[in-house]
Amino acid sequence: MTKRSVIDVAGAVARGELSAAAVLEDNLKAITARESEVHAFNLVMADAARERAAQIDADVKQGRNPGRLAGVTIALKDNMCTRGVDTTCSSKILAGWKPPYDATVVRRLHDEGAVFVGKTNLDEFAMGSSTENSAFGPTRNPLDTSRVPGGSSGGSAAAVAAGFATASLGSDTGGSIRQPAALCGLVGVKPTYGLVSRLGLVAFASSLDQIGPFTTSVADAALLLEVIAGHDPLDSTSLPQPAPQLTAEVSRGVQGMRIGRVVDMPEGCEPEVLAQLDAAFAALQKAGATIVDVKLPSLGYGLTAYYLIAPAEASSNLARYDGVRYGMRIDAADLNAMYDATRAAGFGDEVKRRIMLGTYALSAGYYDAYYGKALKVRRLIADDFAAAYASCDAILTPTSPTVAFKIGDKTSDPLTMYLCDVFTIPTNLAGHAAMSVPYGTGAHGLPVGVQVLAPALGEAAMFRVAGALEASL
Amino acid sequence: MPEQISPEVVRKVARLARLSLTDDDVARMTSQLGGMLEHFRDVDALKLDDVAPMSQPLPLSNVLRDDVVAPGLDRAEVLASAPAAQDDRFRVPPIIGFEE
Repeated sequence: MTKRSVIDVAGAVARGELSAAAVLEDNLKAITARESEVHAFNLVMADAARERAAQIDADVKQGRNPGRLAGVTIALKDNMCTRGVDTTCSSKILAGWKPPYDATVVRRLHDEGAVFVGKTNLDEFAMGSSTENSAFGPTRNPLDTSRVPGGSSGGSAAAVAAGFATASLGSDTGGSIRQPAALCGLVGVKPTYGLVSRLGLVAFASSLDQIGPFTTSVADAALLLEVIAGHDPLDSTSLPQPAPQLTAEVSRGVQGMRIGRVVDMPEGCEPEVLAQLDAAFAALQKAGATIVDVKLPSLGYGLTAYYLIAPAEASSNLARYDGVRYGMRIDAADLNAMYDATRAAGFGDEVKRRIMLGTYALSAGYYDAYYGKALKVRRLIADDFAAAYASCDAILTPTSPTVAFKIGDKTSDPLTMYLCDVFTIPTNLAGHAAMSVPYGTGAHGLPVGVQVLAPALGEAAMFRVAGALEASL
Repeated sequence: MPEQISPEVVRKVARLARLSLTDDDVARMTSQLGGMLEHFRDVDALKLDDVAPMSQPLPLSNVLRDDVVAPGLDRAEVLASAPAAQDDRFRVPPIIGFEE
């Protein structure tokens, strides 16, 4: 298996030293060898990718600018719209739907010369932390196929970890990029809310969702984020400012930076995970940073607030799947019966559970006691972060309390599964930036991720810290 | 706090959510939703009376684009992915039912 970096591929292809076709064929070879075991993809787009790679190579030969991502092979989470190409969200309810437009991120990557390899598996509608909740079967962790890759962007993480693509995109509502990145030994970024356009990202929880990259290096993630970020007039929650310049930050070092250590952290972490976190603090200190103790007293309530807010938003967003405009329909005598039957047959258990919880939390008589209260907890968490960032530039926590767990271990109790996201959820509630950086190994020799948290639009500081962590290994 | 969630409440919520549930589904949902709502009582430990709710993280509101004519989606392409279409429109079963 040949693993290449985004920056190396783009440079070598643009200079004519490596062909986009050769990069793609290596990925397709790896897919042929291992995809039946890993199941990273819902769809492999081999023909379209070959055509695109040939076009990039022709551009280079004829002296045309092939773009900043020339020949970089990318896998897309299957909740991002691709015009004319099936987009399923790993749900039966979207069977057969071909979007009539491309997501903004898809268009931006294409315009810079990227080659799309396929659409990756996810927990249905991105609801889950293991990619076991897919209507098309689970994705397995390429590092140990008896274990989960994390989720919900497990297919995107597995595709990069297995060498099926140079990089991939996922979406992160409560940790769905960072947690699978940690479990698969990759870099994964959840950008500041509003930095990356959500146009064409199938909505789960609109005030929390963000798209971000999976890569094998911090610099690669910085480059991909530079390409996909920036204002999009077609997304009203897109921040009206240009994409930040991040690649130069990666090697700037952390001299003089203040890094927060959370003193009142939720319990339940594996000791090996905590040991890697300690090692990360020590490395940053050695590189010239100052470690500062910070308190986030509401952090532990993030999970509780999230599991009301996200289902509430989802119950509203998923109302559109009614058998009228897209996907499947179960025929019935009248419209209401058709809605009820289509949704009952099309959605899986976890999606139904969250629609029910969200509908309940928003219904008359319960709104103030549940949804209204959860929004107040959300404010407390944002206020906690604001107070912490008065004394530090970034905060370090574990990404996931555990390394990759066995397939089937957490499927019986939804609450156990939800605990996977205890460290990642608060970022989404606050709308801040965060990323996971692989930092050594824990139990069973499996990778551990350290999470770098930064305030809203703190990507520059975040990439400095991530770069220093990577350099210290 | 509101009363403990009952099978009747689950059935009512399922009607609101447009989901037809079997009796087994109702039993399972009653117990699982009850568990999740029980977990939510953790927040009773917090003082929330004077806290302003936060529905989204952005400092933006009422974002509008310039009113410029631009091409929309291709109608034939959109209808091609619909479960049923007729005369350039989505086709649905009768809206007035016979059950209620």
